[in-house]
Amino acid sequence: MRRTPSRGITVVAGAAVLLLGMAACGTDSGDDDKSGGDNPGSEGFTPPDVPMLESLGDPEGQVNILAWPGYAEDGSTDETVDWVTPFEEASGCQANVKPFGTSDEAVQLMKTGEYDVVSASGDATLRLIAAGDVAPVNTDLIENYADISPFLKDQGYNSVDGQMYGVPHGWGANLLMYDTETVSPAPTSWAAVFDDASQYAGKVTAYDSPIYIADAALYLMNTQPDLGIKDPYALDEDQLAAAVEVLKAQKENVSEYWSDYLKEIQAFKQGDTVIGTTWQVIASLAQSEGAPVEAFLPDEGSTGWSDTWMISSKSKNPNCAYAWMDYIASPDAQAQVAEWFGEAPANPKACDSVTDDTFCETYHVSDADYAAQIHYWTTPIEQCLDGRTDVKCTDYGDWTTAWTEIKG
Amino acid sequence: MSLISRRPGLRVGLLLTPPMLWLGVAYLGALAALLVTSLWAQNDFTGNIERTWTLDNFRDLFTIEVYRTITLRTIGIATLVTVVDALLAFPIALFMAKVASPRYQRLLVIAVLMPLWASYLVKAYAWRGMLSSNGLVESIASPFGLGTPGYGLLATTMTLAYLWLPYMILPIYAGLERLPNSLFEASADLGAGSWTTLRRVVLPMVFPAFVAGSIFTFSLSMGDYIAVKIVGGTSQLLGNVVYDNQGAANNLPFAAAMATIPIVVMLAYLAAARRTGALEQL
Repeated sequence: MRRTPSRGITVVAGAAVLLLGMAACGTDSGDDDKSGGDNPGSEGFTPPDVPMLESLGDPEGQVNILAWPGYAEDGSTDETVDWVTPFEEASGCQANVKPFGTSDEAVQLMKTGEYDVVSASGDATLRLIAAGDVAPVNTDLIENYADISPFLKDQGYNSVDGQMYGVPHGWGANLLMYDTETVSPAPTSWAAVFDDASQYAGKVTAYDSPIYIADAALYLMNTQPDLGIKDPYALDEDQLAAAVEVLKAQKENVSEYWSDYLKEIQAFKQGDTVIGTTWQVIASLAQSEGAPVEAFLPDEGSTGWSDTWMISSKSKNPNCAYAWMDYIASPDAQAQVAEWFGEAPANPKACDSVTDDTFCETYHVSDADYAAQIHYWTTPIEQCLDGRTDVKCTDYGDWTTAWTEIKG
Repeated sequence: MSLISRRPGLRVGLLLTPPMLWLGVAYLGALAALLVTSLWAQNDFTGNIERTWTLDNFRDLFTIEVYRTITLRTIGIATLVTVVDALLAFPIALFMAKVASPRYQRLLVIAVLMPLWASYLVKAYAWRGMLSSNGLVESIASPFGLGTPGYGLLATTMTLAYLWLPYMILPIYAGLERLPNSLFEASADLGAGSWTTLRRVVLPMVFPAFVAGSIFTFSLSMGDYIAVKIVGGTSQLLGNVVYDNQGAANNLPFAAAMATIPIVVMLAYLAAARRTGALEQL
């Protein structure tokens, strides 16, 4: 059969029309809100206009919670660890909890609009606010907000122009965990996973996220002052390159990177990993499962987190979401989360409810100076966070690319 | 009803419309949407997608060296898995098709298919346990002065080769079954030893079956990202980069651009396979 040229053109034109149609719908899940996207920064952007809840109504019957592992325990991890069930009974809101492993994952999941509240760390909060994925929080509707430590309120990572975008949850430091049977003498510095990592070749682990670059930057801040790193989240190109070098050298000795905390516990239990970065909750779980591990804060200090409960701008259950944010800020719930996860609670009244009397001293709960020493996870942006104006800093996109290159 | 019986064209149309819609909209449409997405940009800070046409994603793909390394590594692993599977599958398939009694034949087919009934994750985690530093492999190998290979590319290759082996055995088995036994006798009558028969008669005739099996093992390995997450240690394959960009960095446009690489590789592979006549063996 002879195909006439005109028919061929029709087919091509048809395909083109189809393609243009696709362009209009595509696979985009986020919205097109670009407000301030070009010039981000806690002072440098205007968040999209998202309405705030004015008054509370009847509970909707359920709330979808996106939480760091250990932040919303319902007894399924450990029967005695359960503060979700009392919430459900008191509020009449059924809590559907979904844990996430990295801040990137949380940002990604919040874009779906399927979750009402999220426990966002500082490297997620501003991205969520700028993208319009979270709504301002009416703190007047949250009874327990008044008790929160003042140094956690109206911070650059959880508010814009004096408007809070969430309820502070708690804060803490990333720790160094090691196997007490194979690692001796006990390490004191992060050098154990960087310059001295070759002692444990093939048995080192690290956190699988671009934000881990800050750990290397913090190490360089102490070991190579010439680089002039003042803030591990404000790296110019040369400083980022130096951190990447450190991490590439580390990779030679890494057995695997973790973002799934269960995988890290298993690796330590089986001896595939003997040293690496961790959270207190992981160390506690590994110990309870019989792994011979210790976790501690190395001499250089550490990166850490200061988390905020935020509410989705697309929340279908705002009343239950507010009920959750109020409940999780209450002294009882705060005490349970803090002790389970191993972090300082945002509400110092929790100190009256904790089972261990020395807990609040150990975690420096009301110590604003101590809290200031931890380098909290923050989203790196082009405007240097350390105040330098003569140079452009690398942004999170650069960090993501660098992280892929480090892993090779 | 009467309208439908009077108009055969309408009947066929009604019958074919749902599956064609499924194929066209859900399948090819999704693929087209993916490719369109790869031409968009992403705001690094908010993670929102910006619908401006750009080839930046593809420029990054070709200019940043690490992606080339990962692509080559993935193709290498997929090839290695395919070769290992072919070497393992041939003797098994030969035994099943030509040596075993009909009763054994059925049992062996079930035995080969059985692993497919278990969950992929269970099998991958089983390998993680076996390859761990106090696992089965270590305890078997240590008397010989060897040890577990640990988590890495070798472990990934072993796990993938195990996972996809049935997909290689079955086409070769089918291909061998179709070989008449008289060919073996004729070859022997003409003075060929069993090795020569295998090399000059059997292998050339079942080669298309090998290629058919390799389409499965190769394409499944090209797209895998879970096994390598579980037993791959620090290594990453193409699938991981797609996953990390989509799931973690939320950079859907770049993930889409990355996803075109395995599509192009597989199209090239299928075109090559077509020339061998293997596609008729599927």
